[in-house]
Amino acid sequence: MSVMTDIAILVLAAFVGFEVISKVPNTLHTPLMSGTNAIHGIVLLGGLLLMHEAHGILEHGLLVIAIAFGTINIIGGFVVTDRMLGMFKRKPDLPEASAEKEIEP
Amino acid sequence: MILGTIFLQSANFIDACYIVAFSLFIYGMSGLTGPRTAVRGNKIAAVGMAIAVIATLLTPHVLSGSSTPWLIALGLVIGIAVGVPAARNVHMTAIPQMVALFNGVGGGAVAIIAWIEYRHHFGGTFQLRVEIPSLFAAIVGSVSFWGSNIAFGKLQEILPGRPIKLPGQSLINGALFTICVVSAVVLAAGTHSQALFIIGILFAAALLGNMVVLPIGGADMPVVISLLNAFTGLSAAATGIALNNTALIVAGMIVGASGTILTNLMAKAMNRSVPAIVAGGFGGAIAAPKAAGAEDRGPVRATSAQDVAIQLSYARQVVIAPGYGMAVAQAQHAVRELERALEKKGVTVKFAIHPVAGRMPGHMNVLLAEADVPYDLLREMDEINPEFPRTDVTLVIGANDVTNPAAKNEPGSPIYGMPILNVNESGSVIVLKRSMASGFAGIDNPLFYDPKTAMLFGDAKQSVSDITSEVQSL
Repeated sequence: MSVMTDIAILVLAAFVGFEVISKVPNTLHTPLMSGTNAIHGIVLLGGLLLMHEAHGILEHGLLVIAIAFGTINIIGGFVVTDRMLGMFKRKPDLPEASAEKEIEP
Repeated sequence: MILGTIFLQSANFIDACYIVAFSLFIYGMSGLTGPRTAVRGNKIAAVGMAIAVIATLLTPHVLSGSSTPWLIALGLVIGIAVGVPAARNVHMTAIPQMVALFNGVGGGAVAIIAWIEYRHHFGGTFQLRVEIPSLFAAIVGSVSFWGSNIAFGKLQEILPGRPIKLPGQSLINGALFTICVVSAVVLAAGTHSQALFIIGILFAAALLGNMVVLPIGGADMPVVISLLNAFTGLSAAATGIALNNTALIVAGMIVGASGTILTNLMAKAMNRSVPAIVAGGFGGAIAAPKAAGAEDRGPVRATSAQDVAIQLSYARQVVIAPGYGMAVAQAQHAVRELERALEKKGVTVKFAIHPVAGRMPGHMNVLLAEADVPYDLLREMDEINPEFPRTDVTLVIGANDVTNPAAKNEPGSPIYGMPILNVNESGSVIVLKRSMASGFAGIDNPLFYDPKTAMLFGDAKQSVSDITSEVQSL
């Protein structure tokens, strides 16, 4: 792929990011921050792709650290977000429609 | 079997996997727009991540070499062994620092990968399309790693939360930034001592990360974490361009974009501007409110749990305004009990959530959710403010600055202009507080001296339990 294709993808992704996030209610900002935080752990792929090209103990060692860091970022981020979101519950004894209205911004 | 392998390893199949992966990220994140779809959204994003990782491992040559699979496995195992228990055991009050830490390791991974990428091309032909994004990733990843660690240290109270400032701070920061950029330009232009320069860049960026975050006060830290989160996303996207990897570009950029929006929203809720926060310190503001506090504001009225219980039981509507102090005292569950007891008496109870209640936007919602408070009782600031005149009693638990009327009517106050919960418009106000000490911003609160206000001193958890048992015995 050419650089221009990559940059086009970059720009489009930026707009998607703006679009998706501007709709998130205040209530969910903390889980959102932690969830997006997990997603940038995807840099782990960089570590995976480079490992077979690495030479010497320094590069191998550094890449193991990078992969471990990326994994912590991903797994930790998703697990902690899941824990947080799992706590959001609606009133159990009041399942009527009254709760519907205030969720949407 | 062989045909299968060829198919699985074909570039098209792997690209298709990446497309599925980032579609799942976007779909998952759009699920985060509502509490009902959020859990599923997060899981969908996680599935997308798993697909991306598996597709990468299937890429030809990625697992070639005798030691490669083992080293990759080692890294993954260490990451899982550290990440899972950390995420499972963290207290909900400590979420901001946990996010800072996870963000920091992500930034560290970016910086290391950029460094390795560079080492591989020493002496060889290096194209600008790899070079420029790698250098960007090295600088930003390193700043993010060190900055996040300092943010973690401050929130965890390993480092002092107050701003730490050196003389000529902005000059030093400017110099460090210049060193980073100049070294990057020298490298890109081609030099013989590449190894030296790339280490120089990583080092200068590390110092810069430390220096930028150290002068920022604890109250502003969530904004900084969010900003660093966006930075890490951008640097991951840059790594994606260098490695020509679509999944990295899309995922990194989405995080970069969303992180930027979130940073702005947080700053706005605190009536601060992002540049002002980065330039450092609520620090200068601390001297002024002392003078304002010195003037006599009249007496403070103290009350007892019994009186509060009577007042609450005979109210039609009670609003509870919780703050970080409630979370520190671990009083969420006690508050939930009180809410149940009052509802049994036919009192309407609502929770007023300031956008920055807790330590970051939405943090209070998580803390209350942990205590099983149904989220339909929680009201955001704009929704609850018109209701205060119709509210009989407002119970302020461990919140201070977000209820401070000085933000509205004292132009000299450092928090002047910050949107607040208008608790002083309700029939009466009861403030649960440990002592008369001032809040996180170090500002005196005229609300406490309002004739409508009564103070209930003591540990928030104990006070709330006392009120609850009084209410139940009425």
